[in-house]
Amino acid sequence: MIVFDQVTVTYDGQGEPVLRRVDVRVAEGELCLVVGPTGVGKSTLLGAVNGLVPHFTGGTLSGRVLVAGRDTATHRPRDLADVVGVVSQDPASGFTTDTVEEELAYAMEQLAVPAAVMRKRVEETLDLLSLADLRDCPLHELSGGQQQRVAIGSVLTAGPSVLVLDEPTSALDPTAAEEVLAALTRLVHDLGMTVLLAEHRLERVVQYADSVLEVRCDGTVRHGSPQSVLSDASVAPPIVELGRMVGWTPVALSVRDARRLAPPLRARVASQPTEPAHRRSAVSPAQALRARRVLVRYGDLVAVNEVDLQLHAGEVTALMGRNGCGKSSLLWALQGSGPRQGGSVDVAGLDPHTLSRSAARRLVGLVPQTPGDLLYHDTVAAELAEADRDGDAPEQSGGGSAEQILDRLAPGIDRGVHPRDLSEGQRLALALAVQLRAAPAVVLLDEPTRGLDYHAKAALGHVLDTLAAAGHAVLISTHDVEFAASSVDRVVVMADGDVVADGGTEQILASSPAFAPQVAKVLAPLPYLTVGQLKGQLRC
Amino acid sequence: MSGSRRVPRALHPIAWWLWAAGLATVSIRTTNPLLLLLILAALAFVVANRRTEAPWARAFGYYLVVALSVVALRVLVRTVFAGALTPSEHILVTLPQLPVPSWYAGIRIGGPISLEATLSAAYDGLRLACLLCCVGAANALANPKRALRVLPGALYELGVAVIVAVSVAPQLIESFQRVRLARRLRADPARRLRALRPLVIPVVEDAFERSLRLAAAMDCRGYGRAGAASPGARRVTGAAMVAGMLSLCAGVYGMWDPTMAPALGLAALTVGSLLCVLALVLGSRRVMTTAYRPDPWALPEWAVSACGLGAAALMSSAYGVWGLNPALSPLRWPALPAMPVLAICLAALAGVVSPPPPPSRRRAARPAASPGRSRPDRVSETVA
Repeated sequence: MIVFDQVTVTYDGQGEPVLRRVDVRVAEGELCLVVGPTGVGKSTLLGAVNGLVPHFTGGTLSGRVLVAGRDTATHRPRDLADVVGVVSQDPASGFTTDTVEEELAYAMEQLAVPAAVMRKRVEETLDLLSLADLRDCPLHELSGGQQQRVAIGSVLTAGPSVLVLDEPTSALDPTAAEEVLAALTRLVHDLGMTVLLAEHRLERVVQYADSVLEVRCDGTVRHGSPQSVLSDASVAPPIVELGRMVGWTPVALSVRDARRLAPPLRARVASQPTEPAHRRSAVSPAQALRARRVLVRYGDLVAVNEVDLQLHAGEVTALMGRNGCGKSSLLWALQGSGPRQGGSVDVAGLDPHTLSRSAARRLVGLVPQTPGDLLYHDTVAAELAEADRDGDAPEQSGGGSAEQILDRLAPGIDRGVHPRDLSEGQRLALALAVQLRAAPAVVLLDEPTRGLDYHAKAALGHVLDTLAAAGHAVLISTHDVEFAASSVDRVVVMADGDVVADGGTEQILASSPAFAPQVAKVLAPLPYLTVGQLKGQLRC
Repeated sequence: MSGSRRVPRALHPIAWWLWAAGLATVSIRTTNPLLLLLILAALAFVVANRRTEAPWARAFGYYLVVALSVVALRVLVRTVFAGALTPSEHILVTLPQLPVPSWYAGIRIGGPISLEATLSAAYDGLRLACLLCCVGAANALANPKRALRVLPGALYELGVAVIVAVSVAPQLIESFQRVRLARRLRADPARRLRALRPLVIPVVEDAFERSLRLAAAMDCRGYGRAGAASPGARRVTGAAMVAGMLSLCAGVYGMWDPTMAPALGLAALTVGSLLCVLALVLGSRRVMTTAYRPDPWALPEWAVSACGLGAAALMSSAYGVWGLNPALSPLRWPALPAMPVLAICLAALAGVVSPPPPPSRRRAARPAASPGRSRPDRVSETVA
């Protein structure tokens, strides 16, 4: 269905090709998962399928790409609209109309499909993706998962036989991601569509894949069955890492398969892990931040309902819970910039809400969900200089200049680069460095794991450890259970504006069946959370 | 003609615009306050009867407020900058008069205010207000997006651009609020001008990136697929359009200028219209798209446009009828001529002959969920 014939792609102004002699054939009805670290050319590969690369992005493509017999050299993306449907990471940015029904019809209007056929296909698609209740809704009022389903529907109505999705769930919370992936698997199974899917969070999708296409750092690719490719790919979900370590061949891809292989493993390891999932640094008993009965409300809606929270110096705490449960509101209220209708926040005897901006950020630093919002200079160097001017932190904090902080967090970032051109993880590090320059005692991060791959997440975990070791109290909001299992000391769970659970990572994460990391699900009832914990056990 | 038995449906937007244009033609021909108020009443009746619950349907109220302020402004300007008085005029009050230089003679600032001048200003203002409300009624009754969709093919791209711009606006506001909030996390701004840069740059960058992604998405979905006009054809279309427009302008000028022969103006007008139609037809040939659920043009559409255009025709036939432009000296109660009243009643009939609007389904289906963006974004109005 999709044929890449000796494809090499080079962007203008870059010496090295992004893709090198790619020779791939994706058969009809196959769900092919595209994996690889950030920035290696996964998006280029996906874009080449419908000719966006190079017709839209520029660059040089040598070799041949054939989709359903059509050559992308002679067919522009618009000429392939009836064969290939493309869904991007941010569905909202691709909407051209403003209600669900009209969005679904848009592609057909462009293809000059007769009105009667259009009406029928829209109705079918509404049912297929369970959107019938939302047909008249304005698109911007939908939740992220609903928007993504509309985006899938809007390319589906044109009747393509190939669906290309570039990280369709990376901007979604787990529930919304499940919703989208369920819709997707239904399309694969019921309609037999050929799907090319790139995804960071492999643990969500790898069990549905028929084949895996790994894009390596040098631009070459490898295509094969999920078991064979993942057994030594550079990125792997925890369950595959577990399989590799234990030596299962082929490696298990789903919790179900792994659990069937796990009984001998469970017999081998001790009933209690000898080391914690996250090696905590020395937590000082001193409270860095004490919040009492914090209340945030927007009109009738109570976002944070009289929450008490203490943060300790040297401790990394994760704030978890579904979207809209008040995590962001709580973080902003703690920082002092967001609204707070009641209660008190006490950092070193001061309430950040009553201070000026400059003073508040010296007590509590917050990195918002879109770190790019903090940055507005042309180069990384200018951004760091500005941070140094604004920072004027007391000397005894010993943080050093913003440049030194950035080098500690993420070494090797080119100072001349525009902040928008940095990778997701690097941009986060830059924003964090800017905030840390003011040497706040408490550091808050709103959803920093969104859009990060496994390597970037591991790097972020190291950064958090460094901060904790330097005596900062760190609070991050996250949806990522695997990340929380390996990188935080304590988990606070919020629901509906209340704190419903607060305790050590093992205690909170291992106890819930749905919320648990993959390793915990495989090894239950043994309280293991990460592959790292097992490593020590199996060696002896 | 009973409204209860008819199937609720949205009327074709062009029908409403034709109707409003007819009523506007009626109101432009008179300064009789009774007739003008009657027109306002007719507009209000139809709007109240036939508007939906969509956001644009609230437009009429805003137009009414603007219209009233137009009347007030007109009266205010007329009374403060009053002209010369005739001895027969009735003086209402006398304001303190500002001394003006001699070269400014003929216009007073302040001084005595006559009832006649005030009334004439109010009548004039009321006529303007009526025109405004006609536009407002059309805006409230016709779905603006569907109105754009009936544009001829040649103007298709224009319609798309407008729709995209409208749907991007909320995203831009959201992005602006998010960035403004994020700004509070960095140090206090030093100076006014420097404080603007951190707000504007991320929002503009966001907007640019978004437009690129939108362009890619539209390309992927087949936009501009069958738009291959040869450069020659495109040049012919453009030339015909420009020539047509110029000819139209000349024609209008010719019709209004009494020193020119009316036949000349009429000829230019005809040629201009023909050229414009030709350009639109030529332009439409290269756009090959279909419309999803096109609005039908059926009996109710004919009836509603007939109501508006019929009223305009009746009013034109009443040209020169006594009482259309009531005299103010001697001062007396304006008369109510029969023919114009009939015309306005005919226009008001549109509120009955048009089908009732479909009930809104949106409210019921709407879940409480909203995109997974941070909550402070959406509610920062309460903070500000």
